[in-house]
Amino acid sequence: MIQRMIGAAAFAAAAAVVSVAAQAQTVKVAYIDPLSGPFANVGEQGLAEFRFAVERINKSGRLGKVKLEVIGFDNKVSPQEALNQLKRVIDQDIRYITQGNSSAVAGALLEAVNRHNERNPGKEILYLNYAAVDPAYTNDKCSFWHFRFDANADMKMESLTTWMTGQKNIKKVYLLNQDYSFGHAVKKAAREMVNRKRPDIQIVGDDLHPLGKVTDFAPYVAKIKASGADSVITGNWGNDMSLLVKAGRDAGLDVTWLTYYAGGLGTPTAMGDAAAGKVKIIAEYHSNVENNKAAKWDADYRKQAPKGNPDFYFLRGKIMWDMFATAIVQAKSVETKAVALALEGMRHEGELGEVEMRKSDHQLIQPLYMLTLVKSAARGGPKHAKIDMEGSGLAPITEARLEAYTSAQPTSCQMKRP
Amino acid sequence: MEFFLVQSLNGISYGLLLFMLSSGLTLVFSLMGVLNFAHASFYMLGAYLAFQVSTRVGFWPALVLAPVLVGAIGMLVERWGLRQVHRHGHVAELLFTFGLAYLIEEAVHLIWGRSAVDYRVPAELDGPLFQIIGSQYPIYRGFMMLVSVAMLVSIWLALTRTRIGLVIQAALSHPQTVEALGHNVPRVFMLVFGGGAALAGLAGVIGGNAFVTEPGMAAAVGPIIFVIVVVGGMGSLAGAFIASLLIGCMQTFAVSLDWSLAGISIAQVAPVLPYLLMVLLLIFRPKGLMGTREG
Amino acid sequence: MKYAPLNLGRWILWSATALLFLAAPQVFKGGFALTMLTQMGTLILFALSYNMLLGQGGMLSFGHAVYSGLGAYVTVHVLNLMGKGAFYVPVPLLPLVGGLAGLFFGVLFGYVTTKRAGTTFALISLGVGEMVFACVLMFPGFFGGEAGISTNRVVGKPFLGVSFGPAIQVYYLVAVWCFLGMAAMFALTQTPLGRMANAVRDNPERAEFVGYNTQHVRFLQLVLSSFFAGVSGALSCLNFEIVSAENVSAIRSGGVLLATFIGGVPFFFGPILGAIVFVFFIVALSGFTKAWLLYLGLFFVLMVVYAPGGMASLILMQFPVMRAGRWRELLVPYALAALAALVALAGLIGLVEMVYRLSEQGASTVLTLLGISFDARSAPPWLAFAAVLGAGLAALRSAARRVGERWGAIQLELQAKAQ
Repeated sequence: MIQRMIGAAAFAAAAAVVSVAAQAQTVKVAYIDPLSGPFANVGEQGLAEFRFAVERINKSGRLGKVKLEVIGFDNKVSPQEALNQLKRVIDQDIRYITQGNSSAVAGALLEAVNRHNERNPGKEILYLNYAAVDPAYTNDKCSFWHFRFDANADMKMESLTTWMTGQKNIKKVYLLNQDYSFGHAVKKAAREMVNRKRPDIQIVGDDLHPLGKVTDFAPYVAKIKASGADSVITGNWGNDMSLLVKAGRDAGLDVTWLTYYAGGLGTPTAMGDAAAGKVKIIAEYHSNVENNKAAKWDADYRKQAPKGNPDFYFLRGKIMWDMFATAIVQAKSVETKAVALALEGMRHEGELGEVEMRKSDHQLIQPLYMLTLVKSAARGGPKHAKIDMEGSGLAPITEARLEAYTSAQPTSCQMKRP
Repeated sequence: MEFFLVQSLNGISYGLLLFMLSSGLTLVFSLMGVLNFAHASFYMLGAYLAFQVSTRVGFWPALVLAPVLVGAIGMLVERWGLRQVHRHGHVAELLFTFGLAYLIEEAVHLIWGRSAVDYRVPAELDGPLFQIIGSQYPIYRGFMMLVSVAMLVSIWLALTRTRIGLVIQAALSHPQTVEALGHNVPRVFMLVFGGGAALAGLAGVIGGNAFVTEPGMAAAVGPIIFVIVVVGGMGSLAGAFIASLLIGCMQTFAVSLDWSLAGISIAQVAPVLPYLLMVLLLIFRPKGLMGTREG
Repeated sequence: MKYAPLNLGRWILWSATALLFLAAPQVFKGGFALTMLTQMGTLILFALSYNMLLGQGGMLSFGHAVYSGLGAYVTVHVLNLMGKGAFYVPVPLLPLVGGLAGLFFGVLFGYVTTKRAGTTFALISLGVGEMVFACVLMFPGFFGGEAGISTNRVVGKPFLGVSFGPAIQVYYLVAVWCFLGMAAMFALTQTPLGRMANAVRDNPERAEFVGYNTQHVRFLQLVLSSFFAGVSGALSCLNFEIVSAENVSAIRSGGVLLATFIGGVPFFFGPILGAIVFVFFIVALSGFTKAWLLYLGLFFVLMVVYAPGGMASLILMQFPVMRAGRWRELLVPYALAALAALVALAGLIGLVEMVYRLSEQGASTVLTLLGISFDARSAPPWLAFAAVLGAGLAALRSAARRVGERWGAIQLELQAKAQ
């Protein structure tokens, strides 16, 4: 950290000297995610990938004399700590922030950014959200200064349930979620969308459990078993996900797990072979995807990846930086308002298909994939399951591709434009 | 019927695991009056050390080695830390263990990283033990129950049938007399603290692979074991046993029952129930279920 | 007619404190420094309220954040209602709302928790704290769930021209309330209730014999303490403009315990010191190094073992010696010990930073401290820092022994003189 600060200071000094000589510019982007504490590995993953992306963009010279720089700030997964860091960011006159973990922090940052922009016209901050999926941020809490590059919880459910329409062997579904805003959103969306698209599917159970507090999921598993469900839809992440799947295997529960975050850091390792063939995930990318135009990028990242973050996850992160760079070029400026105006409504040729940043709510619409975790090819799994996740022996394979328009949702956003 | 049987077994096995965890705490508290805040941290250390050992030599040596290592660490902590703080009173001892819990967690972060580690159930214990109508009951849960009961029996035997056990029991109420009789009471204290830590470590060895071994596991179980100690009654091992089973079954069955009150189902509040029980008990029966020692 | 001598020392001390509050933002400029000062002010109030329980009442509580957090939640709802135009409370009076909410919950929970004393009380407070924290996530209607509840403190008509938008205005609001709270809590220690709380802490059986119901005394002490905790919660709500589950979390409760203990439990001003140091560790140090939690934990444990009276006790210990004019003799031993400690600290910092850097995936292993770069992978830096640490510890040991000898000699002579 000390080294990073000295490095940043040296960079700033060098940039200052160069700018006097040749009017070069550094656009700093503050990355406000957990860099210490239990979720540090998640924050480090994003930072590692973003640093790689920024390095590549700078090397390509796309932005001419403008250089990008991403600086990490530790939010400790605490809304109040994130606001402290935002104050430091403002002090250092940085105008761009990016963040993704968690949705709670995102909400706090969004409000704080709105307030700051209101009280400080001309010094507005732009917020690039790469992972906080609470639907409200592109609906009733939408803001001109916020752009979301990850499909929100409702969008993911929309795609997941669309995939389900073709699965005739799913007849009885159990809903199990964490008892907080995200879990409630998943539960509500699941009910509504399953009823809409497959009214023949019976929802045989619906449970909420306290977030991160349950060690023993055996009681829940027994309930699922007693209900006769053949599939479980869950938004669980982290330990809640791994413990659930492990408990399921222990009790011999034979269900398909339809999840959002079973591919999350540490979860494949913790689930182990209990997950093989049974766990499905809705995501925008995986390393074994077909027609993978990001394959080389993925491989290049892996070559220089730090030991604890060996995988490439966030294609949406790469798309975010690419679109950001394009916006700067189009706006011919690094002022936040100009960049924002260029960014909204932008269409971009992503590595897996065209994506669009919707003007109405600043939500990125992109193709999604339903993927299954199986044993990697090296361990006897299917041949196309080549690259495994974090060395766990589990590899993702595509179950289905869901086009961008499948996930698009109507929005209640009434955006106030400056 | 199947459901009820399965849930009962689940509740009992979970309760026995909780007992393994809280027995060490009760023991140390009965003898030394020290409420060890770092007890859950020793549990975590036991799991991590077992992971480390099992990746080298396998699970069964780890079952023996890891608790011994944790016990040794506990003895060191007592000798070089707790003993110095002892003269400043019980609050200082509690705070010392409180600070220790922070430090152990940071040490775990440094050595093993911040994500979960892949500590697996050994192959020979992996699989169904028996079928209850349609459901399976895993071998490992049965193993957990077995170890827990064996532990209870051996503690009881050690305390009541061996010489050192009698000395420990005597030192519980009359440490000065015991010292006057020539026994090395400080060494006894060190052994007991190390023993308590070893018990927590054993619980970690058993529980770490059944559940996830990650740095947050200490904070996840910490509050529950304190509730058990309070509900069971401070200083009573039998009380801790009953309280563990009670809370284990309560939490398990709360999840299974589909009752709701004012829109909140019992399943949602299941993990909060132990705390509710504790508060209610303290209003109506402050001594705990079988308390012998006042706080 | 009553005549009491003018306690000049007290007047000077309190005026100096007030001046310090006024002048601090002029000395430490910048948005970040200001937010740190504001947080210090809030935590001072919180820690002082906590010490009403621990230091004055002998009640160790692991769930004190419940009162400040619930006070904060009520305040944020009132603020949001004000924003919608339901009614108007001048913003500077909002901390009173928080305080009253804290008082209410103090009465509610205090009745149950103060039934027992000592370790049992500590555990009950832990249980109640966990319960409230779990409830916060279960009832998103009132508590806003994981994201908490946001608000805007710039609401309604400006109060005497002050809108409380800029951070400096919030700082002064916090400073005023902190000062008033400090004065009130100090005054409380001089009342019969305050004195009886001390008595109950020291010898409950005897207090009962004097005719006071110990449970009653503890209950009242807790209720008053939760009032001030609620005030500090409301101030925190105004500062951050958000209240979330972490306001009632066990981490927050643990934090105030740490802060109070580091500062010094037996003394009134101890928590003030402790709050300042604690905020510095958490907010400022965490910007410089990732190992801040380790440093904080080590500092805390060292305090428990070697100075259980906290930093305040270390400072106050010097006063009798100073008054006897003998402090100059300690200057050299202290300086030597401080030097040795600095050397040991440098070695420790080097080792810790290297360990952390190595554990950090992906960061380069080259560290730069004080302008010198070295690679944490190679052996020489480890040996060097270990040697420095070892030398520092050895020197510290002998220096501490010398300090102890000199101190002991002075104490003996002072005692002899006193006889």
